[in-house]
Amino acid sequence: MNLFAYILAHPHEVLRLTFEHVSLAGISVGLATLVGLPLGVAIARRPALARTVLGAVNSIHVVPSLALFGFLFAVPWIGARAPRMAILALTLYALLPILRNVCAGILGVDPAVVEAGRGLGLTNGQLLRRVELPLALGVIVAGIRVAVVLAIGIATIAAAIGAGGLGELIFRGLAMVNDSLIFAGALPAALLALFADLSLGWLEGRLRERV
Amino acid sequence: MAVAEPSVPAIALRGTSYHLPGRPALLESLSLEIRAGVTLVLLGRSGSGKTTTLKMMNRLLEPTAGELLVEGRPARDWDPIQLRRRMGYAIQDVGLFPHYTIERNIGLLPAVEGWPAARIRQRVSELMALVGLEPSLAARFPRELSGGQRQRVGVARALALDPPILLMDEPFGALDPLTRAEIQGEFARLQRRLGKTIVLVTHDLREALLLGTEIALLDGGRLAGLYTPVEFLRTPDALASAFRKAFSADSVHAGTAPASHPGNSR
Repeated sequence: MNLFAYILAHPHEVLRLTFEHVSLAGISVGLATLVGLPLGVAIARRPALARTVLGAVNSIHVVPSLALFGFLFAVPWIGARAPRMAILALTLYALLPILRNVCAGILGVDPAVVEAGRGLGLTNGQLLRRVELPLALGVIVAGIRVAVVLAIGIATIAAAIGAGGLGELIFRGLAMVNDSLIFAGALPAALLALFADLSLGWLEGRLRERV
Repeated sequence: MAVAEPSVPAIALRGTSYHLPGRPALLESLSLEIRAGVTLVLLGRSGSGKTTTLKMMNRLLEPTAGELLVEGRPARDWDPIQLRRRMGYAIQDVGLFPHYTIERNIGLLPAVEGWPAARIRQRVSELMALVGLEPSLAARFPRELSGGQRQRVGVARALALDPPILLMDEPFGALDPLTRAEIQGEFARLQRRLGKTIVLVTHDLREALLLGTEIALLDGGRLAGLYTPVEFLRTPDALASAFRKAFSADSVHAGTAPASHPGNSR
């Protein structure tokens, strides 16, 4: 049987689900960045807090993703709609690599550079905006890159709770033992992950090379 | 230039200590007055408290006991940001911002102070000429410069806001001996032109004798003696003689004698 049969027969459906998939992963990583950036900066200055927060966020990864999606049914407002649950779960997963890299990136800035900036009279905010964040940016983008690839992969499971995305084709294909259907979900998902990985890897390289 | 009235020392330490609980004291009851316009050298071996003393002056560290006055006002009453902008700061590792061009490195403080772009550009080219940097280097990044050039940028950056006080922590320490001698000589000339109050940390006696108006010898967090360069060469103090001896042994190899570097007596 031709693996491409389903994609060729239903290009619009595959495209729509790919778009859903990108939205799920994109919104989640966006939210995770929105939370992870300030939180990462905050914990970079407080080692004790960093251990607690990173430990807590890390423990989310211990929960199997399918179970995590399920647990969120019980959460008010979130549990009412499947995409909301999926986005929250994916955000929680994406948070760890982003948080860890923001923290590591800021702590990794040459101490002499930070001391010079502080000694010259930069305020904490100026030091952060003009020195620490720009110098940590390569490492931060590396964290976002990991988060995106992770989110694209795990988002396929979101279909199990009816949140849509390419996982829908995969689950349907599994139920029907239809390779072409599984492939129609798996191929775009793999290509998305590959594309995100390569393009963010390129960006990361550019940012690191300035330092 | 805004210098405090001559009777008020630029910086005064009154029984200043830095002693964190459970650790050996880094600085024990240091008293020292730095008059406006002089260059005070803090000389001592590693761990003698030189850098600690310097960092208390711009409040990177707070004294755990005693008092530190800047222009007659207790350092803790100063806003730390304002205080630091009245004191240039140049350190051994230079700490240039690697993602900024030389021009932006030197112009950063004027930029955060909100100077107009044209004035910043003018100030930067003025400073680059002052420290002997080719104008063509303005668009380069720190990694494209030699060690000596980077140190010059560090000094230019510290002078950007024309601060009355300049704090320098082994600013020429990471250079090879030839470049260092060259840049020290140039700095001595620059120093006479600028007339700033300078506090210079070093363990290089040659630098101390060449640049210092006064030399404060530190030992184990205490002041072991305060000398003019000429006095330093004569004092029978054991630590001072040890420095002299190590230095003249060095000079035999370098082909220079301490006598050829008299301090700039005023």
